[in-house]
Amino acid sequence: MPQLIKNGAVTEDRWTLLREVVAGSSLPAMPVIVPLATWLAAHGELRARGDVGVWLGPADDPALLGADASALPLIAVDFPKFADGRGYSIGRLLRERFFYTGELRAIGDIARDQLYFLHQVGFNAFMLRDGKDAQDALASLRDFSDGYQQTNRRTPWFRRSGVVGSASGAGSTP
Amino acid sequence: MYRYDAFDQRVVDERVAQFRDQTRRFLSGELTEDEFRPLRLQNGLYIQKFAPMLRVAIPYGLLSSRQLRMLAHIGRKYDKGYGHFTTRQNIQFNWPQLEEVPDILADLARVEMHAIQTSGNCVRNITSDHFAGAAGDEIVDPRPYNELVRQWSTFHPEFAYLPRKFKIAITGATTDRAAILVHDIGLQAVRSDRGDIGFRVIVGGGLGRTPIIGHVIREFLPRAEILNYLDAILRVYNRFGRRDNMYKARIKILVKEQTPKIFAQHVEAEWEHLHGGEATVPDEEIARLAAHFPPPRHDTLAGDDAGFRSAIADNRAFSNWVQRNVFPHKVPGYAIVTLSLKKTGVPPGDATSDQMDTVADLADAYSFGELTVSHEQNLIFTDVRQSQLLALWSELKGMGLATPNIGLLTDIVCCPGGDFCSLANAKSIPIAEAIQRRFDDLDYLHDLGELDLNISGCMNACGHHHVGHIGVLGVDKNGAEWYQVTIGGAQGEHAAIGKVIGPSFAAHEMPDVVARLLDAYVDHRYEGERFVDTVRRVGLDPFKERVYAAAH
Repeated sequence: MPQLIKNGAVTEDRWTLLREVVAGSSLPAMPVIVPLATWLAAHGELRARGDVGVWLGPADDPALLGADASALPLIAVDFPKFADGRGYSIGRLLRERFFYTGELRAIGDIARDQLYFLHQVGFNAFMLRDGKDAQDALASLRDFSDGYQQTNRRTPWFRRSGVVGSASGAGSTP
Repeated sequence: MYRYDAFDQRVVDERVAQFRDQTRRFLSGELTEDEFRPLRLQNGLYIQKFAPMLRVAIPYGLLSSRQLRMLAHIGRKYDKGYGHFTTRQNIQFNWPQLEEVPDILADLARVEMHAIQTSGNCVRNITSDHFAGAAGDEIVDPRPYNELVRQWSTFHPEFAYLPRKFKIAITGATTDRAAILVHDIGLQAVRSDRGDIGFRVIVGGGLGRTPIIGHVIREFLPRAEILNYLDAILRVYNRFGRRDNMYKARIKILVKEQTPKIFAQHVEAEWEHLHGGEATVPDEEIARLAAHFPPPRHDTLAGDDAGFRSAIADNRAFSNWVQRNVFPHKVPGYAIVTLSLKKTGVPPGDATSDQMDTVADLADAYSFGELTVSHEQNLIFTDVRQSQLLALWSELKGMGLATPNIGLLTDIVCCPGGDFCSLANAKSIPIAEAIQRRFDDLDYLHDLGELDLNISGCMNACGHHHVGHIGVLGVDKNGAEWYQVTIGGAQGEHAAIGKVIGPSFAAHEMPDVVARLLDAYVDHRYEGERFVDTVRRVGLDPFKERVYAAAH
């Protein structure tokens, strides 16, 4: 069973991921995560439901969500392979450019050694692939206590280290 | 040099703990080989022909004597008593045990070193000018910027899984000694009309299977914007670089397919969003980093040292060494010294632990306790008093580190090749040695003048064969090792990719092939003309004719 980590804890998953949706078919009456194309085809109606999330593939452009991004209850980003890092940029763009504040979930080939970086770029939920113990994986969210760069969760270290006279904002914190 | 503060130290210490746990999970079977591979690669650990190979980062090539002693210790304790300095200004150890790698990393962390991102599809070690801080042609000392970019690249969470490896070189000088035109990103310091420091940004150069000279995408980037702009370039590459074919995944292919102009537009559009944001580098931070690189406390000297001048006149061997291995310093009475790691019979770039210990002592005695690894795989003392050159030379000679061949034919750049590397198609070290043995007449070598001979054991081009005046590439033909020869390549501001002269050769033919290329050069050269300039002037034909007429 895949296991979900959300907001730093192992959690029951109430969402159903629909990897494929036949165009024009009706969606089940429960919280579902649909492909971007499905969302774009009927977003007015789906938005009204309130329990429809969207998943993006690594080649999908998050800008296509437009103003919807800030209103969605859940956005998932698929990592078809561990080594495919496109979703890290998508995560930051959703948070920092499109001001998405809801659940941002990493799905696909997700294991504990990716969690720290995924968390830094804005993901707060991780669907671990089969066979991995989520309790063990929680420790990896704390692999590093801090870092140099600006990320979704911190300003660059040089703005917090005391080297700059006037602290220019503390940045967003989780 | 840059010294870690508590923050920097914690980052490295946490990495040691993380990798120790990852190694434990691999050895206990929790992680499969496939799962462990990307994790160990991000830490410089390859599985090679005989044993794991660990590549240790030497940021922009700069080492303290204390750090070099630790590398000597690691070579002795965990390896076979030596290390190999690489064309990325790093060092690699060829025989460590996987189980011991976490302990090696812990030892490295004690001297502010690590193996972070020395391999894998991420931003690799930042390379730079090996004369940084001492050369007379600097617009600015690049080292504070090297360190700024090193910190930015270390565990950048967005760019840990790029389409392919990513190499950045930075120079602060007008002469390019950092090969900035053949890097994924090259940054060259420039001054604006108003006197502000900024960088010319070059993207999409590289060697490997598809050698390409980089393109300037911005003539002047204000220094405060350097990290925003790097974020913009990397984000465009991370999102749109090809991932379907590892041979087409470097940024140079994206730049080529989009065209440099369109690629630049994408970068500029991304930068628009980041410009002036949180990652804009405050002047205070640049000043903090610069304070780590104060000029050494040079004595005030009038000019050239008289004793040094007379020693050159009296001692031919010393004079030869000075002519080839000693370079002018911006401070009167001082010199830059290159320690040659290209003694015949020793694989290029190799140094024993005993040599490293002695070099560390010499650095303390003669050059303020620091040294630099060059991408030509030699070691540099940047701040030696002219009056002490004779004494230093005597000590280096005794250790086999004073071969007077810097920039000459026998100063061969060479990857580890098929003797060690599992990627190689052919051996490279024995080819280097055969050429060095054949051309052991110093007078002839000096007469030939500046000549870069670079050897790679495969397409990945770790030996930079494309930019050798003579380049040698190991190729596999039906399981046999053959060597393809290019001429006319060059590094620096006139960087060029060498052209193939024709069908490849067997290993035993290589010294003769080089001899015939040199004969053709000697016949056609104008007085004082370098090999590569003769090739440019007369073209390939006279060289081809000489080589193939004799061979077939």
